[in-house]
Amino acid sequence: MAKVTIDGHTIEVPTGTTILEAARMIGGPIVPPAMCYYSKLKTTGGYCRTCIVKVSKGSEKDPRPMPKPVASCRTTVMDGMEVQNITSPDLLEARAGVVEFLLLNHPLDCPICDQAGECHLQDLGYENGKSKTRYEFDRREFEPIEIGDKIKLHMKRCIHCFRCVKLAEQLTPERFQGMLNRGDHSEISTYIKHAIDNEFSGNMIDVCPVGALTDKTFRFKSRVWFVNPEDAHRNCSKCAGKARIWLKGEEVLRVTARKDKYGEAIDWICNECRFDKKKTSDWVIEKPTHIDRHSVISMNHYESLKDLKQDVDKQQKQLVNKKVNLGQGALNPNNSI
Amino acid sequence: MLTNRSQAVAKKEMTLAERLYLPAILHGLKITVSHFFKKKVTIKYPEEKREFSKVYRGTHVLKRDEIGAERCTACGLCAVACPAEAITMVAAERKKGEEKLYREEKYASVYEINMLRCIFCGLCEDACPKEAIFLTDRITPSTFKRGENIYGKNKLVEPIDKPIDISARQTQAVLEFKKHKEFAHNKVYTEKQLPNKH
Repeated sequence: MAKVTIDGHTIEVPTGTTILEAARMIGGPIVPPAMCYYSKLKTTGGYCRTCIVKVSKGSEKDPRPMPKPVASCRTTVMDGMEVQNITSPDLLEARAGVVEFLLLNHPLDCPICDQAGECHLQDLGYENGKSKTRYEFDRREFEPIEIGDKIKLHMKRCIHCFRCVKLAEQLTPERFQGMLNRGDHSEISTYIKHAIDNEFSGNMIDVCPVGALTDKTFRFKSRVWFVNPEDAHRNCSKCAGKARIWLKGEEVLRVTARKDKYGEAIDWICNECRFDKKKTSDWVIEKPTHIDRHSVISMNHYESLKDLKQDVDKQQKQLVNKKVNLGQGALNPNNSI
Repeated sequence: MLTNRSQAVAKKEMTLAERLYLPAILHGLKITVSHFFKKKVTIKYPEEKREFSKVYRGTHVLKRDEIGAERCTACGLCAVACPAEAITMVAAERKKGEEKLYREEKYASVYEINMLRCIFCGLCEDACPKEAIFLTDRITPSTFKRGENIYGKNKLVEPIDKPIDISARQTQAVLEFKKHKEFAHNKVYTEKQLPNKH
């Protein structure tokens, strides 16, 4: 066991735990953002550098600080280590620089991109980035690539996180895709555009943190905030069949894996569930998916009537406390509006 | 008690002058006749038009860019910003050869604003990242049928030959931003260098 302090929160974790995992055990705003690290996939992490943290004390035995920010997803904790994330202004500045680099070649075509609204790069840029670009040159341009008949790859949006490559290596028996070229020229490819036809290839859409890999069956159908996510399941012979369906009225516009609060898939789902089961009658709906109310997707998304009532009551109480001058009748719960 | 203006009803016997009614009628006529000589409060619309405020918010327009391609990409931000939920749209993918019609690879095949719902707050033009939708100084005319108030693209998209001036609605910051031609948003395409990437 090792004792680690992150932004003043101390936790004891098993030896060999990474700083990022330790931070996730604590939870809250001190968890560093991660674009390439994926806890469900092995050997991910270390590419994007968004999860950098400052180690102000190396360990109990060797208290010297680490000379520069370290990637928390790849650095394991030491006993007595002290880590600074949001409490260090220098680090936040460094992270803003990382975000700027990630966005150098990103086309910022969010109004067109199907990922907008649930994109990790949008969140990252919003929370850690700068609102202006200093880049004056033309951004990289690629023709979109069709990966099979259900997946589209927009290489111009890719941030080279390697998640889809690791997924192809680990979830499917043969290796199907990889990175071509180097540095500024690197691009994800299926190598001579081999179609990927594996039962679980669709999961690369879910692991992609940006809109580079998108579902062609959902392409331009709707914006994510106009569809209603519900947890649903079905009997599937290939996967657990536990998925999230995105409804618009009676129509299932798309099916994705269920994701945890760090945006990672809880269960992989097969391509049949993802691409072919587009009727409400194919699914047993369990409950509305929990959506954070700061997300744009939470618009018109009600999870339970009880919570809604509690929310309204809370807001009304706040209004009364603020003594907002709305007239006598407006705050009276007996007055129906 | 709902208001503080209510008064108790007093049942008083009317005086002779009140019972005659004639003084009251003459008093009313005096008011009527006096209005013949006052300045008229109405105007003969549409022959005459009142002066509009510079920032008057009337009927929307969907703008085209310099070569006449529609700027709207059906991103849905206007619809999500709309407090009255008046805007709906259906997106479609631009095909090869339509680059002159639509600026981006996605466009709105259906774009509808329900003018009965619209409260002309202008949040849609605030939300628009593509400078596609603007409110103009045109009045939304009243209609005989409800359905006529749902404006589709035929009524909203500006005619190619008659561009609608919206410069009064652009803030100083926007005009400054538009000077930066290196941003794809502000790029002026000639017919030869149309972006044909899909």
